[in-house]
Amino acid sequence: MSKDTLEYHWGKHHRAYVENLNKQIVGTELDGMSLEDVIIVSYNKGNMLPPFNNAAQAWNHEFFWESMKPGGGGKPSGELLELIERDFGSFDRFLEEFKSAAATQFGSGWAWLAYKANRLNVDNAVNPFPSEKDKKLVVVKSPNAVNPLVWDYSPLLTIDVWEHAYFLDFENRRPNYISVFMDKLVSWEVVSKRLEIAKARATKREMEEERRKKEEEEENSEDEAVEVYVDGDESESE
Amino acid sequence: MGSVTCNPLAPPSTHLLLNPSKIPKFCHSRRQLHGSQRASKIIAYYGLKTPPYKLDALEPYMSKRTLEVHWGELHRGYVEGLNKHLAKDDVLYGYTLDELVKVSYNSGNPLPVFNNAVQVWNHDFFWESMQPGGGDIPKYGVLEQIEKDFGSFTNFKEKFIGAALTLFGSGYVWLVLKREERRLAVVKTSNAINPLVWNDIPIISLDMWEHAYYLDYKNDKGTYANVFMNHLVSWNAAMSRMARAEAFVNLGEPKIPIA
Repeated sequence: MSKDTLEYHWGKHHRAYVENLNKQIVGTELDGMSLEDVIIVSYNKGNMLPPFNNAAQAWNHEFFWESMKPGGGGKPSGELLELIERDFGSFDRFLEEFKSAAATQFGSGWAWLAYKANRLNVDNAVNPFPSEKDKKLVVVKSPNAVNPLVWDYSPLLTIDVWEHAYFLDFENRRPNYISVFMDKLVSWEVVSKRLEIAKARATKREMEEERRKKEEEEENSEDEAVEVYVDGDESESE
Repeated sequence: MGSVTCNPLAPPSTHLLLNPSKIPKFCHSRRQLHGSQRASKIIAYYGLKTPPYKLDALEPYMSKRTLEVHWGELHRGYVEGLNKHLAKDDVLYGYTLDELVKVSYNSGNPLPVFNNAVQVWNHDFFWESMQPGGGDIPKYGVLEQIEKDFGSFTNFKEKFIGAALTLFGSGYVWLVLKREERRLAVVKTSNAINPLVWNDIPIISLDMWEHAYYLDYKNDKGTYANVFMNHLVSWNAAMSRMARAEAFVNLGEPKIPIA
């Protein structure tokens, strides 16, 4: 990835997103929120508010730069590799799926490796992988500025497939760009670290869910005496 | 857009078999002779239409390299993708490209062939929306209609360039004749969407996918859009498209007979 590309991609595109976002949110209720919160709020269940594009793109690009390193590539190791093999069959199958998602995203967008935790109803959006694949790694692709945060997934890795990301170095040859990215640029250390954080977040959530459920049950059992049954014996109550 | 209907029900035409050079460039019938009992399989293919100028004719406003990549590789890729779809699916036989676009759009639930078909259409239209020595302002009927519907040519130009600058992601900006409202409008569309699917009539288009301008202008969409307006847009093409559109849309005052 050439210096020219970085100068434009980071120095102009990314910078513009940040500057425009700041202009848009100054003095509004979004000012002072964390970037992730701005993204989720302005996604507005798919009916995006104006700051969404800039906010999401600012986040996406930061995430993208950090997903790469000089001398990157190779294969992941440890738990990340285990999970990849568990959820995709093999590292090569994962590679195929990721490359294919990146190549087939029509128009501008991103391809992601994400960690999906237990949530069917993601409130804010339509969950692309409901139920079955819980607490698993998934490959997803998104258009324009959308990112997996809006589906409450934990992104682990991304590749920018907007044309500005590869046109100077590869012209229209997107598949070459994707291959080079996976072979020479991807920083698996960062991805592993993100996986740790994602799992911790999922575990914490689970514990909170359980605690909340227990609290609800306790409340219910207190109410039992007050409930009136229309028919049947009171002795048949739960 | 230069496509010819291939009618699969046409009677066997021996001159096509004997004279392959007579087959129209963009529609090519191939019949497999499996003996008289079997129904013959006719497959319609599309060809890559060349722009009406040489690839370096738009310099310095649009470089030869851009044309080589944009037309020679991307547009060609869409044509090849379209033909691959057509080879697989006989439901798609016999449509003109216009019809194919509308049908495969499927009211917003596009069939797999849509992206390729519409991008072929879009690029054919885009090349023809430009010419060497283009720009300047339109004349006669087109200018009158623009002034009627936008107030002034300057106002229209501002709206058009504004649309180009505010389009997020990939897409196109169009000057379109709206059928129902019977007026011109500036419309921006995402990805490959095209006003044909809303039954409107495109007059001019500007490709705002990054691949259209990145080699020449990098991220400077403003300069690209202005250069298009000032030096590339073909008002001649717009004129002929308007003339054709008026066969379908009545732009004149209704003629009220004097009692």
